Amino acid sequence: MSADASLNQIGAPAVTSSNGTVIDCLINTLHYGDFLALRDTQLSIQKGTITAFIGPSGCGKSTALRCLNRMNDLIRGFRFVGHVLLDGQDIYDHQVDPVAVRRNIGMVFQLPNPFAMSIFKNVAFGLRLNRYKGDVEARVEQALRSAAIWDEVKDKLKNSGLSLSGGQQQRLCIARAIATDPEILLMDEPCSALDPIATRKIEELMFELKKRFTIVIVTHNMDQARRVADKTAFFYVDTRQGRTGYLVEYGDTSQIFENPRDSLTKEYVAGEFS
Amino acid sequence: MSLSDPVAAPVPEPARPRVARLELRRSLRSWRSLFSAAMSALALAMTILALTPLFSVLWMVIVRGGAKLRPSLFIELPPAAGMPGGGIGNAVVGTILMVAIASAIAVPLGILAAVFIGEFAPESRASTAARFAAKILTGMPSILAGVFAYTVVVLATGTFSAWAGGFALAILMVPIVVLTAADAIQGVPRKMREAAIGMGATRSQVVCHVVLPTARPAILTGVMLAVARAAGETAPLLFTALFFDYWPHPPFTEPTSSLAVLIYNFSGVPYPNMVGMAWTAALVLVVLVLATNIIAQVVTGRSEHSR
Repeated sequence: MSADASLNQIGAPAVTSSNGTVIDCLINTLHYGDFLALRDTQLSIQKGTITAFIGPSGCGKSTALRCLNRMNDLIRGFRFVGHVLLDGQDIYDHQVDPVAVRRNIGMVFQLPNPFAMSIFKNVAFGLRLNRYKGDVEARVEQALRSAAIWDEVKDKLKNSGLSLSGGQQQRLCIARAIATDPEILLMDEPCSALDPIATRKIEELMFELKKRFTIVIVTHNMDQARRVADKTAFFYVDTRQGRTGYLVEYGDTSQIFENPRDSLTKEYVAGEFS
Repeated sequence: MSLSDPVAAPVPEPARPRVARLELRRSLRSWRSLFSAAMSALALAMTILALTPLFSVLWMVIVRGGAKLRPSLFIELPPAAGMPGGGIGNAVVGTILMVAIASAIAVPLGILAAVFIGEFAPESRASTAARFAAKILTGMPSILAGVFAYTVVVLATGTFSAWAGGFALAILMVPIVVLTAADAIQGVPRKMREAAIGMGATRSQVVCHVVLPTARPAILTGVMLAVARAAGETAPLLFTALFFDYWPHPPFTEPTSSLAVLIYNFSGVPYPNMVGMAWTAALVLVVLVLATNIIAQVVTGRSEHSR
């Protein structure tokens, strides 16, 4: 993999508060209609780290991730009590425009979702939304290089993004997300549809991207969390009334996996249930 | 092939010969094979039966219409009754003109309505009502569109005109455009919308930059269907554009001739010259619709690559 560290030149330094916290998230309750999906979750995300959300299916880890860029707003009946402070501002404040929030937070989805347009236009999409006036071609190339896919696509930038393989599509989506130089990159199970080789590439890429972006990743794969994450948050499902997710334990990845404080975490990371 | 088949039995049964091999070959005389063959033949026969009228019509139009085809037809006006010569030039121009007017009304209106139905409020009562109305309108007898346009435009302006004709044709085009475009818009994968929204696209940017470009080929198919329907309609034009022996000219507030009405008028007269001209007009109409289709396909196909 040709990771090119000299590309860090683009992009202003990420805005942070003094203690290095980029996101301060408190979810008291989160409802979809009458359904309480997530409760009692508090965590702060540090600049320049990779934070992994792990836990069994239905534990609300994707929901928690989608809180961070207000993607949950799209779901009917979404109600949220709590706050998400990005750079000290509550993104759920009434004066905040979710569109503006999302422009500062990139997102990579579970299934690769390039647009039905050329590779070039896929990456240039965010620049176009922001009416970027600079050298679009240079930015697209830099983004594709940063996503470690430039060598594979440089001769076919006009081909459709859909013509690539699954792993390439996902790296294209990463390139598209980082082209606008967001502060934070959210990744919702980005490797679950990929084979082990493509997964490996994405993981290596994350180490490079960490130098420029703060990354939050949701993963089903505990080994992946152990390999890539600095911090890990373990979510679990409370089945006493419905299926409500909540944060069980949050800490350094090594601590979560080697010395968990909570017995649920211990059982989970030991693979005693899933 | 029972479970006690010696091949499958793990315990050796002494001195018992291997009786039968598994029967895996196809038996041509089995009921299933015969049924399959019969159904295949039936399906083929029905296909031929269904296509026969289509091809015979096309064949007649090409043979009889092609016989009188000559370049001067396109630059001359229709002959007076019983006279030789003449052409269908004004009808060709009139048809193109009125279909263009109809498209200019129906395509933007239909696509915007489809954006509402398919994208903004797919489950709202207004969308359900609009969809239902559009479905009914596609089945509406076209003569009603003519009567409606007659009341709304012809009576109001006091004259038959290309505008009235275009308006009547637009009424027929709108529901087709709305329904196909709404389906095309709803067919755009949700994950593409999510990607755009996740990047901070506003609602209108999602529609303009992602949804409509992705749905464009399917929308275009709907527009072409609508154009083909409008180009061939006669009844609504009888009430709105009527027929005219001269060239249409701006501001198009006189009766206007069209291929469809020319075919209708000329096919019933006792003059062979005019009957032949009706056949030729039919051929020209078919070719016009076909050409519009091909041009549209090529244009979108090309822009597809450059995107």
